[in-house]
Amino acid sequence: MKKTLILSTALVGLAFSAQADVTVMSWGGAYGAAQSEGHLKPFTAATGIATVMVDSDNPATPIKAMVEANNVTIDVASLEYADAIRLCDEGVLEPIDASILPPGADGTPAAEDFLAGAVTECGVSTDIWATVFAYDTTKFPDGGPVTAADFFDTTKFPGKRGLKKGAKAVLEFALMADGVAPADVYATLGTPEGVDRAFAKLDSIKADIVWWEAGAQPPQLLADGEVVMSMAYNGRIFAAQVAEGKPFQIVWDGQIYENEMYAIPKGAPNMEEAKQFIAYATSTEGLRQQAQWISYGPARKSALIDPLVFNDGKTEMAAHLPTAPENMKNALESSWEFWVDRDAELNERFNAWLAAG
Amino acid sequence: MADSALLTTADGRPLAQALAEAQGRARRRAFWLVVPLLLFVLVSFILPIGQMLHRSVHHDGFSANAPAVSAWFAANPPGTQPDEAAFAALAQDLRAMQANRTAGEAGTRVNYVLPESRSLFTKTARSAKDMTPPFKAALLAADPKWDDPRVWAAMRSSSSAYTADFYMVALDFERGPDGSLERVPENRQIYVYLFVKTFVLSGLITLICLLIGFPVAHLLATLPMARANLLMILVLLPFWTSLLVRTTSWMALLQGEGVINDLLVWIGVIAGDGRLRMINNQTGTIIVMTHILLPFMILPLYSVMRVIPPSYARAARSLGATSWTTFRRVYLPQTLPGIGAGSLLVFILAVGYYITPALVGGADGQLISNLIDFHMDKSNWSLAAALSAMLLVGVLILYWLYERLVGIDRLKLG
Amino acid sequence: MALPPYADPLERAWHRIYQVICALVFVFLIAPILVVIPLSFNVEPYFSFTEKMLSFDPAGYSLRWYDTLLTFGMQAPEAPRDGAWFADMWANSTWVNAAKNSVIVGFWATILATILGTLAALGLSRPEMPWRRTIMAILISPMIVPIIIIATGMFFFYSNPCGIIGIECGRLTSTYLGVILAHTILGIPFVIITVTATLSGFDQSLIRAAQSLGANPRTTFFKVVMPLILPGVVSGALFAFVTSFDEVVAVLFIAGPEQQTIPRQMWNGIREQISPAILAVATILVVISILLLATVELLRRRSERLRGVSPH
Repeated sequence: MKKTLILSTALVGLAFSAQADVTVMSWGGAYGAAQSEGHLKPFTAATGIATVMVDSDNPATPIKAMVEANNVTIDVASLEYADAIRLCDEGVLEPIDASILPPGADGTPAAEDFLAGAVTECGVSTDIWATVFAYDTTKFPDGGPVTAADFFDTTKFPGKRGLKKGAKAVLEFALMADGVAPADVYATLGTPEGVDRAFAKLDSIKADIVWWEAGAQPPQLLADGEVVMSMAYNGRIFAAQVAEGKPFQIVWDGQIYENEMYAIPKGAPNMEEAKQFIAYATSTEGLRQQAQWISYGPARKSALIDPLVFNDGKTEMAAHLPTAPENMKNALESSWEFWVDRDAELNERFNAWLAAG
Repeated sequence: MADSALLTTADGRPLAQALAEAQGRARRRAFWLVVPLLLFVLVSFILPIGQMLHRSVHHDGFSANAPAVSAWFAANPPGTQPDEAAFAALAQDLRAMQANRTAGEAGTRVNYVLPESRSLFTKTARSAKDMTPPFKAALLAADPKWDDPRVWAAMRSSSSAYTADFYMVALDFERGPDGSLERVPENRQIYVYLFVKTFVLSGLITLICLLIGFPVAHLLATLPMARANLLMILVLLPFWTSLLVRTTSWMALLQGEGVINDLLVWIGVIAGDGRLRMINNQTGTIIVMTHILLPFMILPLYSVMRVIPPSYARAARSLGATSWTTFRRVYLPQTLPGIGAGSLLVFILAVGYYITPALVGGADGQLISNLIDFHMDKSNWSLAAALSAMLLVGVLILYWLYERLVGIDRLKLG
Repeated sequence: MALPPYADPLERAWHRIYQVICALVFVFLIAPILVVIPLSFNVEPYFSFTEKMLSFDPAGYSLRWYDTLLTFGMQAPEAPRDGAWFADMWANSTWVNAAKNSVIVGFWATILATILGTLAALGLSRPEMPWRRTIMAILISPMIVPIIIIATGMFFFYSNPCGIIGIECGRLTSTYLGVILAHTILGIPFVIITVTATLSGFDQSLIRAAQSLGANPRTTFFKVVMPLILPGVVSGALFAFVTSFDEVVAVLFIAGPEQQTIPRQMWNGIREQISPAILAVATILVVISILLLATVELLRRRSERLRGVSPH
């Protein structure tokens, strides 16, 4: 009897063990590490509130499932811009009162300090990042690809290509490689013929594609020699280049950039701490701390006044940011208006295309 | 026969009655031992699955969020042209959706039946607030697609919470403008194809397991006991080793710069730039799943082969049969129960496989379980449930066959 | 297997080929498991053998990936390795925490599955058991039903377990209890199979003999039945433990960030960066499975000796 008592108490204890940590769900790999070092650790040090980092291929999907199943275990999620708006529209995210955001380090009020569009109803931007492609320089001793079109040219640049397994960014990239100007990409993709054109472009290299899902995979695929070039998030390639000394080269032609947002799912277990965390992480200081770990541009003007330097103490970040003028020559800002409405449909088409051998 | 012939127990009761009572008691006692587990399994296993499968026929995303249009559909028989009242009801619902942030949910439900209609709802809902009568004109101005009879057919079929729509979608069908079933265009067909692929790949894996498992089981069954036991360890060790460990090892072995490719380059079979692609595709799924499922083939084969007396084969030979004839006519038929048991077990397990294809399958090595996971992930729960139900029916039929042909109690582990 | 003396040359040749095929299949079975062991000592972050490793140069080998397992996730991994470092490791190391979770979940799931499963197996093995085959089929089904279906069903049910009767009573997702219950279900078929297999060779007249000698049911069970079926129960329990210890899909769906187990961490690692640290975990797990297999084999032989059954 006594034994059963101990057993049942133990089980009850296990079932209801309370947790007061702020749980942040992000994208893993170098980006997750940058947020851990730049946001989570300093936040814990400053407030004494413990933090936990959880990885996901794309936090937007588990967040929605959690809220709809009434099973939210996450306090803060790192979301793509279009997802932050779509999920806010769908009532999955908690609105964030912009007045909790501190003024910039130089005293500029938050509303003026943040770049245009960086604060939305449910999300606050942490950085501006880009989807680019990169290649292994050792594989192309006579000069590597320089344009988006080269990515699709398997005769001039033979070898496997890594590509993100999903419609977003991939379709835009295919159109730009097919000669569509950035300004016309979404108008083209808005027509059935435009979608067909993007898939036709992808068809031309389908047999040579290695698909990846997590942002940490492309640098690994390049390092393992599984692919000679890969679509990737620019910060991941930067981390491999600078921190690990890998012979990778980013091609900025045809890059697609957007804001990354911190947001709070409805029903988050530690709502107040989550808001505190977001206010801290998106302060001038928080943004600068993250930018010392990965080459994504801070979303506050006050964070860009002093030059940003990588944590090795010497690498200047400015030239590596998606927003650097020389990286913006043929660049596209990802359209949330487009993806908020079309994400489900185009991914459906994408999956059918993918499964059909 | 007189009554006196009836046998009685010492206390005078009829023996048959006493026996029946004793047996009843024994039956109850046996049953009570099973009851706790049976209840546990029913509540925390059968019930959750049933509850999940219920979602495959129930989805109130549209009916709950568009009550006015749903009422209009209920009042008017199928085929009725949408009139101004219908459009007014729609505008009213869209306004409510915008206020409650449910346009996405309602649109998602209709989108299952008619792809590319989710955006129609989210987009129109955003401008619904300012719409004034006549609503038909106002809605058509917002998007001409509202005049499409397909949209209205799709909304009608979404307007009741109970529906067979998800099975329709899971079989690659959609509704035509007149509400009839049509195959979806080829560039969107996916589910039937994946089901067929899952069964074909599972069949292939079963066949490979049988072909390479048969000689090994035979060897183990005919070796002297001590040596057979030693070799048996080699079969059982993979069985006891973590699935993720085995998958990891295969990644180390099969990848482009992995052990096998390095070895092949080193001995000169392939050139440095001609490395084989054996992972992140269908080949990877087949190799790794074969490795993981092989013990499930060898063990039942072995337990059947072990008890086949060698004297039959000797008798056949002495009667003049060649070794091939002896194998084909005498030995092979006796192993059939083992072949059946092993093949069915491997096939059943392969059809539901998830982890291995997810990790080493790349794009074309994915099975139906992975697609179920994809839809779960995307919160397409009803569709995931419909796909699960179809997979489950397939597996249960196979399980029933196994139980008929082999018997559950013959299942052995090591 | 020896060839009969009357074998002709063709048969001899075929016999050679057959032996080679069998040898290749054994290599196929075992090589992938053994290859991770040396690779886990690679000093380089590669997934293949390096020149130095092949020439058995000690400089090509190191324990750095095992060290990573301890330090990954620590607050201050670089600190001197004293008591504080050890406390930090025990509290914060990602893999150490995963190991603790795996053991907690595996332990309780095994206890539950073994008790419930053994009781049921005792009932199922009685000749009087009604609806024997149907009930057996239900109890074995967690092994047969695709894991993704089980996990999704449990995800919804555990999110709101009392929802079915229309009330709210908290949730089992993101709790240890939820993961334990899920793993209990998955372990039960193995306990049933091994214990009923042991009981199938069990001589029922032993029970009658004990009872005729005056033993009550309790004494009969603990003095006669238990010792004889114990090997089966223990190997069933080990199977249940291994099942839990290796399970990742239910954990993916049900567990929260607090209940990350070793397979869950491996899943993360494999999908993202397959550093040789994963191979170090794999090696540890291989060693554990070798130990477990050895235990089960010893038990099986002991059981057969006790019951007087000749092996196999």
